[in-house]
Amino acid sequence: MKDVGMSTTVRISDDALALACGADAVAAAFEAAGCTVERVSSWGMHWLEPLAEIDGAGFGPLDVADVPAVLAGTSDKGIGPIADHPFIASQQRFTFARAGKTRPLSLEDYAAHGGWAGLARSREMGPEATIAEVMASGLRGRGGAGFPAAIKWTTVAKAPATPKYIVCNADEGDSGTFADRMVMEGDPFMLIEGMAIAAHAVGAAKGYVYIRSEYPHAIAKMQAAAQAARPHIAPFEVEVRVGAGAYVCGEETSLLNSLEGKRGEVRAKPPLPALEGLFGQPTVVNNVLTLAAVPWIMANGGAAYADVGFGRSKGTMPIQIAGNVKYGGLYEVGFGITLGELVEVVGGGTASGRPVRAVQVGGPLGAYHPPADFHLPFDYESFAAADGLIGHAGLTVFDDSVDMSAQARFAMQFCAAESCGKCTPCRLGSTRGVEVIDRIRARQGRSADAVESLPQIHNAKKRARGLADEIALLEDLCETMKFGSLCALGGFTPYPVLSALRRFPEDFGAVSADAEAAE
Amino acid sequence: MTEPAELDRILAAHAGREGSLLPILHDVQAVFGHVSEAAERAIAHALNLSRAEVHGVVSFYHDFRTAPEPRPVVKLCRAESCQARGVEALAARLRADGLVKVETVYCLGLCSVGPNAMVGDTLHARLTPEKLDVLVGGLA
Ligand SMILES: Cc1cc2nc3c(=O)[nH]c(=O)nc-3n(C[C@H](O)[C@H](O)[C@H](O)COP(=O)(O)O)c2cc1C
Ligand code: SF4
Ligand code: FES
Repeated sequence: MKDVGMSTTVRISDDALALACGADAVAAAFEAAGCTVERVSSWGMHWLEPLAEIDGAGFGPLDVADVPAVLAGTSDKGIGPIADHPFIASQQRFTFARAGKTRPLSLEDYAAHGGWAGLARSREMGPEATIAEVMASGLRGRGGAGFPAAIKWTTVAKAPATPKYIVCNADEGDSGTFADRMVMEGDPFMLIEGMAIAAHAVGAAKGYVYIRSEYPHAIAKMQAAAQAARPHIAPFEVEVRVGAGAYVCGEETSLLNSLEGKRGEVRAKPPLPALEGLFGQPTVVNNVLTLAAVPWIMANGGAAYADVGFGRSKGTMPIQIAGNVKYGGLYEVGFGITLGELVEVVGGGTASGRPVRAVQVGGPLGAYHPPADFHLPFDYESFAAADGLIGHAGLTVFDDSVDMSAQARFAMQFCAAESCGKCTPCRLGSTRGVEVIDRIRARQGRSADAVESLPQIHNAKKRARGLADEIALLEDLCETMKFGSLCALGGFTPYPVLSALRRFPEDFGAVSADAEAAE
Repeated sequence: MTEPAELDRILAAHAGREGSLLPILHDVQAVFGHVSEAAERAIAHALNLSRAEVHGVVSFYHDFRTAPEPRPVVKLCRAESCQARGVEALAARLRADGLVKVETVYCLGLCSVGPNAMVGDTLHARLTPEKLDVLVGGLA
């Protein structure tokens, strides 16, 4: 580096992940060395955080001790021009187009990088044409269910009752996901612009962003951004509300109850939130990524968005690569990339260097996939056909030290801890599930209990139960939870449990299918 | 400020706001460290709810506590991505130590750089046994 000293501008992220990895101390060290430090959003190359950018070139992961060498041009942590790095160059960044490039709370930076263009066009076109544009994009809800956004908006737009609300679901509770957090911390005005476009389309005057309490940095940035953006979005207003540590509050009706100041219990549908949502009024509930995709769609056209993608999954998905993986981070790309490419090529395999054994896709309610599934294209329908789901597009990679019966047990335990308690299969079934899996793990079966032994009980086995009986019982319990639960917490917990059981039977005391085939 | 006066200030600050119970409870917990029975009564009175309704909400959410916690609190993420990166071995180490309160959280949104923990609003990533010992040692 030739020009060191006052003239050097160093860009370092102030996103929560960079801070957790020590970015503040590194930034302070650059400042102490006379550099100008700009705090920007994160590029999403998490294994390199804290990452410093000087004249487009990246250095990371940095420690305070690395700073003198970086400035002297002798550091071995250089990665060359960041934009040319394969992890970045191979992405299609629509939603994350500004990632790494702008200061999150700078209205100037936002406007200079294409901000507010979507809202301006939406205002010119009017509400109906705005919804038509979103319809043409094929945008589906990014919170997990994949419901077409424009159809939901149409229902709210046509509902006669007023006032109407826009609610942004920023509860992001799934392990392995952080894209919502990165939007809120890295490009908060984009989310606000998306909400303002939705409000314009359906005729809403007020919007809420419901953010989980585990995200204090996102909360602070969104509050500041909502305040700063007021002149741009008026008369629409955005208010930030904070969750209180309940996973189930990510479910939209539970979230609405929570916003109303109630216990976060799930509501039965119908009525649809689109017709009777927050305070009984017509309400759009959309995930952060759904709303954040809208400014791009409005600025560039729905057709340009729909050009990318696979089958009925249009556009790009910000995929989150996490867990035991070498190159973890945010990877936005058109739907259709295979799971194997994401894990082994982009992610570089495990961080531990051991073989990949399982990848959980779609958070705690998603299935565990063995490498045999690596051919699956990343889209809603392909994963559903393989008894899985893409959910909020988080991938959690595990190496071969994982015990899949322990993961199945955890899924049941998590469901028991987070159940809202409204329905029996979920509230009680999850606890019974932990117990059955414990017995399977102990390979011990059990004898008939006092009640089962009673002469009046005709439908229970009197003989001792073996391992096979316990496994049948677990499968039966999963069927009951799947079909008897009101929401996807109880209803989808069988995905991780049954996928672990069926795809990794050797961890449940059975002879593995692979081993049988090999004989 | 006395406790009732401080409570009144919080309640007045949220007067007229729609769905104000959670924001009030967050403020009360931030100021007093917990939501006491007396606070539940005052909130119920101000919002025209029964105390049972307020308590039902307090007890539903993992964040609210009904008794003060004198020890420093370390929130350790034990969700799947942190499990895949070895958090359970760290959790096993911590259990023996009673000087800090270790709470489990499910995901801090840093799933590519775990195991992770949060103390107050400060996040700690890439925890190793050594880093965790320093962190806990600095608090206790
Ligand atoms: C237990 C449970 C947790 C959920 N958590 C979230 C969440 O954290 N964020 C989210 O956007 N959607 C979550 N959902 C999905 C929402 O219910 C809803 O489908 C979504 O917010 C709709 O927005 P979208 O159409 O933009 O995806 C969850 C659903 C369930 C059943
Ligand atoms: S499935 Fe579980 S979380 Fe969902 S409504 Fe029923 S009890 Fe509540
Ligand atoms: S799983 Fe631990 S931070 Fe997400």
